[in-house]
Amino acid sequence: MSLLSLTAVELGKKIKSHEVSVAAAATAVMDSIEKKDAELNCFITKLDRDAVLKRAEEVQKAIDAGELTGPLAGVPVAIKDNMNTKGVLTTAASKILGNFVPTFSSEAVVNLEKAGCIIVGKTNMDEFAMGSTTETSHFGATKNPWDTNKVPGGSSGGSAAAVAAGEVPFALGSDTGGSIRQPSGYCGVTGMKPTYGTVSRYGLIAYGSSLDQIGPIAKDVTDVATILETIASHDPKDSTSVKREDYDFTSALVDDVKGMKIGIPRDYLGEGIEPEVKDAILAAAKKLEAKGAIVEEFDLSLVEYAIPAYYLIACAEASSNLERFDGVKYGYRTESYEELHQMYKKTRSEGFGAEVKRRIMLGSFILSSGYYDAYYLKALRTKAMIKKAFDEAFAKYDVILGPVAPTTAPELGSSLSDPLKMYLSDIYTISVNLAGLPGICLPCGYDNAGMPIGLQLIANNFDDKKVIRAAYSFEQSREETRESQYLASED
Amino acid sequence: MANVIDDETIDYVGILAKLELSDEEKEQAKADMARMLDYVDTLNALDTASAEPMTHIYPINNVFREDVVVNSDGSEESLANAPKAKENQYVVPKTFA
Repeated sequence: MSLLSLTAVELGKKIKSHEVSVAAAATAVMDSIEKKDAELNCFITKLDRDAVLKRAEEVQKAIDAGELTGPLAGVPVAIKDNMNTKGVLTTAASKILGNFVPTFSSEAVVNLEKAGCIIVGKTNMDEFAMGSTTETSHFGATKNPWDTNKVPGGSSGGSAAAVAAGEVPFALGSDTGGSIRQPSGYCGVTGMKPTYGTVSRYGLIAYGSSLDQIGPIAKDVTDVATILETIASHDPKDSTSVKREDYDFTSALVDDVKGMKIGIPRDYLGEGIEPEVKDAILAAAKKLEAKGAIVEEFDLSLVEYAIPAYYLIACAEASSNLERFDGVKYGYRTESYEELHQMYKKTRSEGFGAEVKRRIMLGSFILSSGYYDAYYLKALRTKAMIKKAFDEAFAKYDVILGPVAPTTAPELGSSLSDPLKMYLSDIYTISVNLAGLPGICLPCGYDNAGMPIGLQLIANNFDDKKVIRAAYSFEQSREETRESQYLASED
Repeated sequence: MANVIDDETIDYVGILAKLELSDEEKEQAKADMARMLDYVDTLNALDTASAEPMTHIYPINNVFREDVVVNSDGSEESLANAPKAKENQYVVPKTFA
């Protein structure tokens, strides 16, 4: 078995036992990126080889000296390009940040570095995380390693595709409306959005601040729990960071769902879902039932209102968050201008892509006088009702089970022409962000074309461990998953 | 209910969003925004009168900390990212005609 097929935790063990050196692991990963990424385009920035090897040497020394003993020490990682990395280009896949080199690193990245992880690059994404296919990137689309005619999903498409292709053992993503879970589903990997506030947003380039949350994308549930345990922290630099009672997420890696109450929203299996996806989800539920879980269908309600409420809230927050990009402090500035306001307008018009402009304009409009109540407040009221619907569901169930998306990965180019259609691919993930819940996506089967199908498990706020436990139990009973054509070609 | 965005509205949105749109972009933006508004208008079917607007899912308390400097100056590093800088300051075009 090649190094690239190992999970992050398996690789970490081999590094710890000196079976594999940190430099050898980093070199294998960098070679793999070199070989595959010309076609897949998962990376916006690849770190300089010498710099990576120098860092690998330092980490190796710390491991040998017994200073670094964690499960991820020496393991290479890729970071979504909307997380600041000190001294390393961070673009959020936008022309407007095309030359931005941060002076500090995001807290999640700092936590990984403290654990001895080796950052090898920054992954492609939809511009400012606004999109569901990774096609709105200023640096070109990422391709799905299972079928290069298809999208990897988005917005963390580069991270999910890089893991699926064996370019890197694990990656960080961010999830505002499904941006970790949906690409994980399309790429057949495992990704988790933790409870809002679990991972610090400090240094994450903001899109929708009340919805954004960083999380891991990896090969299995053990990796996801281990990475989450590493990046989660209470951070005074992020005022929405929560001091949790538990950070021991790996303690939930228990193969036991006896008596666990699992609800399947009927609304998640209705109109619009592909029959193959529905069958795979119901088969997964049967597996958990066979292991002793109590599974039943129920009506979650309000599902059709989640997407419109989300777009109003996310666009409103985005229009405010993206005001800072004005050509003064960092990033792109237009070539010719005469006065300040013209410089702002030309800079932003040339620096932002079409989808970003669309969302900023909608957000500005609904926050403007005369429309604020009808749109923005209406969306916030809807959010309160959606949260209440989940509260009622979690009074009855430990975990909600459903698909991550109505279909498997669509063809490249098929979504951009119709933004509304693209928005609909997030119908099962978006309400989780509105309510701040933890959600995981892991592979549960394949469609007739061989494309992976993602299973989503959701729990109440701070019940991240229930999600991990249910996912781990399912994983233990799942048939062997396949590898993408890019990962399989390693052996 | 079909929304129609007129020229005046899209110009106003351009001012708010600090975006300069070509005539072609303006027409596209009018159509896109009208379509988005038609879509989000589906919320009108939902009676939300009894729900309070929820900005945050958790109760928000002010987060206090001691007023102690923990970072260094960093102005030189920060200014290195500026499109234009001079004498340790950002340079912007004239603000008065």
